[in-house]
Amino acid sequence: MTDRITLQVERYRPEQETEPTWQSYEVPLREDWSVLDGLNYVKDHLDGTLSYRWSCRMGICGSCGMTVDGDPTLTCAELLTDHSPGPVQVGPLRNFPVIRDLVVDIDDFMHKLVRVKPWIVREDDDQPVSEGEYLQTPAQMDEYQQYSMCINCMICYAACPVYGLDEQFVGPAAIALAQRYNLDSRDQGARDRLDVLIHPDGVWGCTFVGECTRACPKDVDPAGAIQRYKLTAATESLRSFLLPRGAR
Amino acid sequence: MTQDTYEPRPYRRRISLFWWTERRTYLVFILRELSSVFIAWSAVFLLLLVRAVSQGSDEYAAFLDWAASPWVLVLNVIAVAFVLLHAVTWFDLTARATVVRRGGRRVPTWMIAAGGYVSWALVSVVVAWILVGA
Repeated sequence: MTDRITLQVERYRPEQETEPTWQSYEVPLREDWSVLDGLNYVKDHLDGTLSYRWSCRMGICGSCGMTVDGDPTLTCAELLTDHSPGPVQVGPLRNFPVIRDLVVDIDDFMHKLVRVKPWIVREDDDQPVSEGEYLQTPAQMDEYQQYSMCINCMICYAACPVYGLDEQFVGPAAIALAQRYNLDSRDQGARDRLDVLIHPDGVWGCTFVGECTRACPKDVDPAGAIQRYKLTAATESLRSFLLPRGAR
Repeated sequence: MTQDTYEPRPYRRRISLFWWTERRTYLVFILRELSSVFIAWSAVFLLLLVRAVSQGSDEYAAFLDWAASPWVLVLNVIAVAFVLLHAVTWFDLTARATVVRRGGRRVPTWMIAAGGYVSWALVSVVVAWILVGA
């Protein structure tokens, strides 16, 4: 095994080029080095102008999502040795506008996230703090825990061809997070989220390619969350059609 | 003093018309979408068969002759392949979207899929038994 590997990095410098170009860097190939470590080596020793996002280096912050050899992935969790002998192609996350090099514009996702109210909504929000927490059994927690693992890394958006073709689609992570709160026994906001989720750009935009679930680094299963909500949405629509207003 | 203004010029990658050839999973997805055309054809073929049977033995014989013509045979062989793809992917996808809990634990996806396949096999056996018995 050679002790060096080539990173082919997609560069986009809007002040000097109109579309991305590739630039190669040779970095040490160490057994415990991730692709992110390789990029940090480039930044520290070879080319300080390279731009990318990163923070925790341990798959928690969700900042370092990029496209490595064609697959959307967290670069901190992707070992260089798994791509040996290389070269390793590193590009920005697909389906997002590229601001610079490996940095993408995440505004669209942030706006969508807020729309599904990913926090606990209480209708009776006047319970004083002195009365303590809203208690929950382990079984109730188990209902939503998988979806709560989402770290907002947007890898599922990069994997989703529907989002790539139609950026109006609310998208996998936002819907999975809506479900995370809908299924939480302490939450009372399911009806608030319904309008966003049953919109044609909501769950019905999903055609169940399933690539979001395969790409998710935290095993959240956004595709499963979306399909589950389709059943909820269909039931709600049927109820609103069949039942008088007071009985819904 | 001059103030630099930041004018972002984000680069938007154009999605290729052939994006579905880039990954095997995308290709399978598109083939599954395409399979609905052949599902529709299978339904039409079945309706034509029922109509021919209802109109008597001459019509039924004519239908069989037509169904044995090379282009219908080729079409039906392709249709069977797509119907099988549709069925297999349907059982797979439905199992992943179905949440069943037993004893406080979620029943594994493979078990739900297996239930689907067993039901499929049972219905097929019943249909075969009716056909052979008749």
